Amino acid sequence: MSKDWPLWEVFIRSKNGLSHKHAGSLHAADAEMAIENARDVYTRRNEGVSIWVVESRHITASNPEEAESLFDPAKDKVYRHPTFYDLPDEVTHI
Amino acid sequence: MNLEQQFQARIDQEIKVEPRDWMPEEYRQMNIRQIAQHAHSEIVGMLPEGNWITRAPSLRRKVALLAKVQDEGGHGLYLYSAAETLGISREELIDQLHEGKAKYSSIFNYPALTWADIGAIGWLVDGAAIMNQVSLTRTSYGPYARAMVRICKEESFHQRQGYEILLTLCRGTQEQKAMAQDSLNRWWWPALMMFGPNDDQSTHTEKSMNWKLKRKKNDELRQQFVDVTVPQAEYLGITVPDPDLKWNEERGHYDFGEINWDEFWQVVKGNGPCNKKRMNDRIKAHEEGAWVREAAMAYAEKRQQRKLQQAS
Repeated sequence: MSKDWPLWEVFIRSKNGLSHKHAGSLHAADAEMAIENARDVYTRRNEGVSIWVVESRHITASNPEEAESLFDPAKDKVYRHPTFYDLPDEVTHI
Repeated sequence: MNLEQQFQARIDQEIKVEPRDWMPEEYRQMNIRQIAQHAHSEIVGMLPEGNWITRAPSLRRKVALLAKVQDEGGHGLYLYSAAETLGISREELIDQLHEGKAKYSSIFNYPALTWADIGAIGWLVDGAAIMNQVSLTRTSYGPYARAMVRICKEESFHQRQGYEILLTLCRGTQEQKAMAQDSLNRWWWPALMMFGPNDDQSTHTEKSMNWKLKRKKNDELRQQFVDVTVPQAEYLGITVPDPDLKWNEERGHYDFGEINWDEFWQVVKGNGPCNKKRMNDRIKAHEEGAWVREAAMAYAEKRQQRKLQQAS
């Protein structure tokens, strides 16, 4: 078995009002250490006001090979966008 | 189109490759090799500079150098993480370095003898690294490109602090200026070697360029570095140690002398002034830190157990 500490994914909120965004990953023995290490490596220049960490093995990702069947159907549904609908210019605030 | 052709087509369209996407095994291996070599360079690069932290001439210089060396550690971590997304573990990466199977930039096998060397390292070594890294922000592998963006943002302070050190020395006493000149004499050629062999001697260049692992060739980056650095040396009032260095009006570039490739290959093969010391220091730090890593894991497990017991 590998002697490496578990791998964690780090998410940083850069300022209040914005959502946490993936910043990178790191190894740590537990969640508390993961937060401390994330603070040291990912927020040395005021990049964040809040940190989330989650152990990488808990993340379930979609399969890239299924990307077409998952995401392509959205492409032909232009009626989901406001520009699909023809309205005369005289009509305002809509 | 077969899988490999489809892969090349996506690369040609500038679509980034992400960790779980299909990729040719050779692309994976070349990426691991390049990213790991880059990561090891960051970590080994902490050694020649770390040596000067306690001897920095003022508190201002000391906090800056400390922050720079800490950054290098962080950069190593970003890069190791990027390599790990390709299916190699941190432990394997570190073992490869310590067993001499993986390389790191040869420049770190030269000693930092004087305080001026800390200036020259920031100005020339980080300057050359930035040249390479800026082009790599557009590399085809997503995690590597993202690490490069972060690293480039942080590196520019490194180069400026180095230049400022030399500027201060060059405006100081005769002895201080001589010290600056001496550091340029010793670091100039090794800095040019950082870009690697000439393109016609470089084994991986063509494949690397097709897969957009590298975005610029060694000689192009080296020329770019010489062109921006020579005027900076002139401003300092010190002389680049190359009698063949001359502005070429026609080319719009500086011509420069032949690099001593024998020296380059000697250092790559392990015979540089500090190769053995660097490796011994790395291995010593890793081995002497083993108990800390084990204790932290044991403590984390114990706390987890206790939490479970309390919950039941």
